[in-house]
Amino acid sequence: MTVVQDNHGHGHGHETEPVDVQDPRLSRFEIIKEGARRDDIEIVTYESQFPTANSKAEKRVVRSIALLFLLSGAGALVFLIAYIWWPWEYELGHSINDYYTAVLGISLGISLLSLGFAILSWAKKLLPHEVSIQDRHNTPSSDDDRLITGQTMAYMVDELGVQRRPLLKGAIGLGLAPLGLVAAAPLIGGLIENPHKDAQPELFHTGFDPVANDGKLVRLTRADGTPIRPSDVSVGGQITVFPGIPHGATNEYADSPTLLIHLRDTDAAAARQATDTDKRNQGVMWGNYVAYSKICTHAGCPASLYEQQTNRLLCPCHQSQFLITDNARPIFGPASRRLPALPLSVDEEGFFVAGSDYRETVGPDFWERP
Amino acid sequence: MKRRKFDVTQVPANVGKGLDDRYKAATPLRGLLNKVFPDHWSFLLGEIALFSFIILLLTGVFLTLFFDPSMKEVAYEGAYPGLRGVEMSAAYESSLHLSFEVRGGLFMRQMHHWAALLFMASIVVHMARIFFTGAFRKPREANWAIGVALFLLGFLAGFTGYSLPDDGLSGTGLRIASAIMLSIPVAGTWISASIFGGEFPGELIIGRFYIAHVLLIPGGLLALISVHLGLVFAQKHTQWPGPGRTNNNVVGERMFPRYALKQGGFFMAVFGVVAFMAGMFQINPIWLFGPYRASEVSSASQPDWYVMFMDGLVRLMPAWQITLPIGDGYSIPPLFWPAVVGLGALTTVPMAYPFMEARRLKDKRSHHLLQRPRDAPERTGLGAMAFTFFIVATLSGGNDVIADKFHISLNAMTWAGRIGLVILPPLAYFIAVRICLGLQQHDREVLAHGVETGIIKRLPDGRFVEVHQPLGPVDDHGHPIPLDYAGWVVPKKMNRVGALAPAVKGFFFPVEKPAEAPVSPAVPPVSAPEKREEITSGR
Repeated sequence: MTVVQDNHGHGHGHETEPVDVQDPRLSRFEIIKEGARRDDIEIVTYESQFPTANSKAEKRVVRSIALLFLLSGAGALVFLIAYIWWPWEYELGHSINDYYTAVLGISLGISLLSLGFAILSWAKKLLPHEVSIQDRHNTPSSDDDRLITGQTMAYMVDELGVQRRPLLKGAIGLGLAPLGLVAAAPLIGGLIENPHKDAQPELFHTGFDPVANDGKLVRLTRADGTPIRPSDVSVGGQITVFPGIPHGATNEYADSPTLLIHLRDTDAAAARQATDTDKRNQGVMWGNYVAYSKICTHAGCPASLYEQQTNRLLCPCHQSQFLITDNARPIFGPASRRLPALPLSVDEEGFFVAGSDYRETVGPDFWERP
Repeated sequence: MKRRKFDVTQVPANVGKGLDDRYKAATPLRGLLNKVFPDHWSFLLGEIALFSFIILLLTGVFLTLFFDPSMKEVAYEGAYPGLRGVEMSAAYESSLHLSFEVRGGLFMRQMHHWAALLFMASIVVHMARIFFTGAFRKPREANWAIGVALFLLGFLAGFTGYSLPDDGLSGTGLRIASAIMLSIPVAGTWISASIFGGEFPGELIIGRFYIAHVLLIPGGLLALISVHLGLVFAQKHTQWPGPGRTNNNVVGERMFPRYALKQGGFFMAVFGVVAFMAGMFQINPIWLFGPYRASEVSSASQPDWYVMFMDGLVRLMPAWQITLPIGDGYSIPPLFWPAVVGLGALTTVPMAYPFMEARRLKDKRSHHLLQRPRDAPERTGLGAMAFTFFIVATLSGGNDVIADKFHISLNAMTWAGRIGLVILPPLAYFIAVRICLGLQQHDREVLAHGVETGIIKRLPDGRFVEVHQPLGPVDDHGHPIPLDYAGWVVPKKMNRVGALAPAVKGFFFPVEKPAEAPVSPAVPPVSAPEKREEITSGR
């Protein structure tokens, strides 16, 4: 017989003599307790939640857990049946097919939640209450171990003798650095694109540039490619136009979408005065028509909400607002730069053309924009 | 030859013996089965993130079987009539195909998306728990930093993920991402051109985002989550103060069977909630947005919620452009500050917070006991400040919708956000600190004078006094001897000290008799281990 003295706080269990777990008189739980003790765990409370085995209350819990498992199985079956036999193809209008996803979600949700609650109540209601205390062992390694490990590592460095052999030091650097660069080369060399490599860098040019159209002026077209006459846009109206070149309306020319606006007389007069007194925007209007880039100078969203009464153009992404009658100057929100104007003209067939490319850089701002 | 008798009951023992002969598993397994975990509801928040991640992996693999990460233009001829004949990218077409023509495909997609939203939400709430209780203190600083990195990786995983369908909304998000890259001084155009493979949008970005979303970022997440959990395991979980709990022990349950079983049940419950949401609540209806066109956007274009704070900061940023008058002039657009500097700072500065706090408090000790938020008022105030900032920024990310639905001027919303972002966080700090101090004081009051009983006593001289129930011993005059604050819940109502039986509520009612008066959180009584006698073999 050994009296076990325990004092948690300073490594209980260390000083005590271990129980012989091979002793056939020990119960299974006593062996477990001894195992826990060897892991510096004190099982303080371990008691059944029921006063007697097979009590009425326990049976009731067992029944409800069994019910939850059965419910889980039923939910899963409903899921499987619905998954296979419920009509699921998309149909126009209201039909039973609309509920396919909902039925899957409800049945699988019920199945998984029941399973979850079954397991949870098994653990929480049937298994004994337990409080165990484990020593945290949060003391760092012993000073001896620290010293030994530190010295071992220092010794390894010493043995390599890089300090004593300066030639190796240089050779390692010269030998490994290029090899490291080799590893990085395909990534850097293959990935990096020079944004300025083209003679006509796309950053500064749009689809309205005549150079890309064999020198001919580029027509303003609708998304389907049809050109636009001035009479096609009613007073106060606006239309999104694209460069009339192949693929002009696709994302290939993501910087080109332009808003063509037919201003009312009074607004047009104000707008004309504003553009004509501006150094860069001189003569961009044609009659009462004006065209501004639709690509917001802030983050590149299409600034597409045109408020006719106030002549404001609003970008729905970050609420920058531009005043159309004043060179599309930003008047609210985070945009700091006005929308570039597209010089308008009409060709001999009476269709709108761009007199030249944009005179300012289109799209979100960047470092080297002139 | 005599056939050996086969004893079924000996099979587990024999298998175990065989395994241990080969792998020497019994010793480490004993430690694992025995490991003690402290329990508290707030420790389960991180689990939700882990379980959501598992759901994301499972559903994500299914989605890859049908998704085509190609930007080749095709004409849609699928089941959804609203878009038939429309030119779109193969990525968008395959996303529509997955939603309409794959059995259960929409369900899987919605489950993936909801799990992603839940993943980020539980990360944020889990981080709040860690922060407000001081669980990040030494020795857990590295795990806090890993957690912050996990938020950033989750953010990137989410962004690359919802960009993949290449619908109108996600294309707009990509456009803004390109503008954010362009805004970086000096290298901006190079970065954007390199990532997009030329000018926006190019033809590569979906393929590149795809490999990032299905391999690189999940790989990083998996690695960091493994280290995160490994450290929790090795350093042992923090615990709340309370009876028998010290900085040197862990009071709780052994991992098996009860604790592990509860984890499994909780996983199934989280899975069930995600499945239910995926079936009942529509998320990201890409067919309504149409294919991405550079010229088209609709109002109320919002990113997923965890990106909204950044979108909000971008919206609130005043139009302050910096122009350097060198040569043709160089510019730093206003977008740079909230989107690059802001996101960078918000995801890296918090990593250093544990060290900043330790330095300020000159605290070099290891802490394994959590602090109640009220006991660290400055930290709690700082956290309240950070969350107020986050909430104002997030709300501002939807300020156009708020303005529309509540008939408020959009510009007024923007200004409210700008002013709120500056005024409200300090206000939140002040209020939080005051509340903390008030709660602290009330705790001390109760410890000194006892619990208010609600019983009014009339003294012989006509005065009325309220009777207090002392929590500890009393002195010769019957006055309570003040108790020390132990860093844990102080009972403040009579039924917390056993005056009334706890109310029985819900269908999860107690099975036998109501437990002892609940100490929040419910902890079974813990007493110091008794001296005991044990049987040895007598050797």
